[in-house]
Amino acid sequence: MVWQIRESGCHRGDSVRTDFWKRFWKNKIAVVGSCVVAVLFIISILAPWIAPYDPNEINLARVLAAPSASHLCGTDQLGRDVLSRMIWGARISLKVGFVATGIAILIGALLGAVAGYYGKWIDAVIMRFVDIMLCFPTFFLILAVIALLEPSIWNIMIIIGLTGWMGVTRLVRADFTSLKERDFVRAARAIGAGDLRIIFIHLLPNAMASVLVAATLGVAGAILTESALSFLGIGVQPPTPSWGNILTAGKDNIDIAWWLSLYPGLAILITVLGYNLLGEGIRDSLDPRLR
Amino acid sequence: MFMVPLLFGITIVCFVVMHLAPGSPTDLETQMNPRASAEYRERLNAMYDLDKPLYEQYLIWVGKLAVLDLGKSFSPDRRPVAQKILERLPITILINVLSMILILVLAIPIGVLSAVHQDSLFDKVAGVFVFIGFAIPTFWLALLLMILFGIDLDWLPISGIRSLNYEYLPPWMAFLDLIKHLILPVMLSAFGGLAGLSRYMRSNMLEVIRQDYIMTARAKGLSERAVIYKHALRNALLPVITILGLSVPGLIGGSVIFETIFAIPGMGQLFYMSVMARDYPVVMGILFIGAVLTLLGNLIADVSYGLADPRIRVS
Repeated sequence: MVWQIRESGCHRGDSVRTDFWKRFWKNKIAVVGSCVVAVLFIISILAPWIAPYDPNEINLARVLAAPSASHLCGTDQLGRDVLSRMIWGARISLKVGFVATGIAILIGALLGAVAGYYGKWIDAVIMRFVDIMLCFPTFFLILAVIALLEPSIWNIMIIIGLTGWMGVTRLVRADFTSLKERDFVRAARAIGAGDLRIIFIHLLPNAMASVLVAATLGVAGAILTESALSFLGIGVQPPTPSWGNILTAGKDNIDIAWWLSLYPGLAILITVLGYNLLGEGIRDSLDPRLR
Repeated sequence: MFMVPLLFGITIVCFVVMHLAPGSPTDLETQMNPRASAEYRERLNAMYDLDKPLYEQYLIWVGKLAVLDLGKSFSPDRRPVAQKILERLPITILINVLSMILILVLAIPIGVLSAVHQDSLFDKVAGVFVFIGFAIPTFWLALLLMILFGIDLDWLPISGIRSLNYEYLPPWMAFLDLIKHLILPVMLSAFGGLAGLSRYMRSNMLEVIRQDYIMTARAKGLSERAVIYKHALRNALLPVITILGLSVPGLIGGSVIFETIFAIPGMGQLFYMSVMARDYPVVMGILFIGAVLTLLGNLIADVSYGLADPRIRVS
């Protein structure tokens, strides 16, 4: 009996979860990724206390000073401490990453669930819409919307979210179409569970695995997109520090201040790498056969 | 033929995006200009058909699209949008095609070698490279390479597509000049796709090598070389066609960043400048063209997949 329950996938017993954590902590990639992400969280939370200077304190006596003991990552064109701006920038990118991905997952999971569960014309309509949205180069779509709205951090998060849900829809739909034929769904229906109950209580938790991986990788993607937008001057607006807009200053002073270009990019690279590794790690631990 | 509904959908999305904006696109122009009277504003609205109901505006817009009339730019030159885009399209397509070739030429051997020598040092190095390739912000890499090759070493130009003295150069020097200007942008726009495709190629190849027909080929006594390069490679290459088609939107989207960084007068730069200037007809036109190019990329991929693998055509 026990193996039947496990196979049907309706019962996520303790053993399944323990297996996951066991594999997760044995997986080097996953451990490195989660450490990077954890450190970033700590930095963001502690930003006011660990930043050596006020990130917006202008000091015209120390404009574009090279890295030194007092300013570890140098200063920018207004004499602001780059390290402090980067520490505060970690907050911004974390915020953008999570809110944007949250929006994308919400829309994607909902549409995917509806398409996969109801099938027929609803499925056809939703999936054609996904196809259409995928035709647009995402970056074009984001820029076009930004041209219409004011570039602010909230708008950026919403737009990145609104243009990034299509992959999740496909994943969730695929899971739902196969899951809904399983016995445990029939059983639930037989005892009188409604559509909503089946979707949210029985099916969605079983589709969460692939969504979780997509979400982790999505955070990385959103952080990359935000930094590119801020770099182009249409993302997070100065004086709010973001890794992308420090790089803009780096480009403007490319021939005299290499530190403005080097360090913020390194921060983006490490962050995105961290989330990607974490995502890979979760994927491997969820299903070791997928490797 | 499946393209027609998609094309229709694309026009609707473009239109909706453009009309989601709070206020009217002419607000900007009239607000910026203190002499703009209510009358001028109405005339402007009429000029862009903004005084008509939405569905009528959509029909007019689509009707014009059918004959490639994308309207006139809001910028002071008031030139037709289609003309503005067309004169900038060739350089963007050139860079994208070149980087696609570069991706193919590098990613396939890397993927194949990683798969054939799985877990070797080469495979591990390639794996690390792929992970970094996925995570690196390419505009940052662009900055670093500009500092290295453009400023410290002074080997390559970092802006534009031709030197100031371009007109005075003999043809072959001019050609060389163009090449030098294109090296960095092409390399960089290939970078992201390179990581993805080589990873994809590797897993494809690993899968193919485990198939029965490869075992048969080995059992026949064929040399390892023939097995890998004749039997396995051909089959592993097939899905790459689709991936290339799917990578078109990414490449085109990336052109905004590269063309802006390297000051290349292509469609991406025009798009960026139009976004900054809120030149809606141009933004809308490029959004549409970008989607159509993606659709074309997918179509070409589908057709060539059919040509390469007759099994696909049946289903």
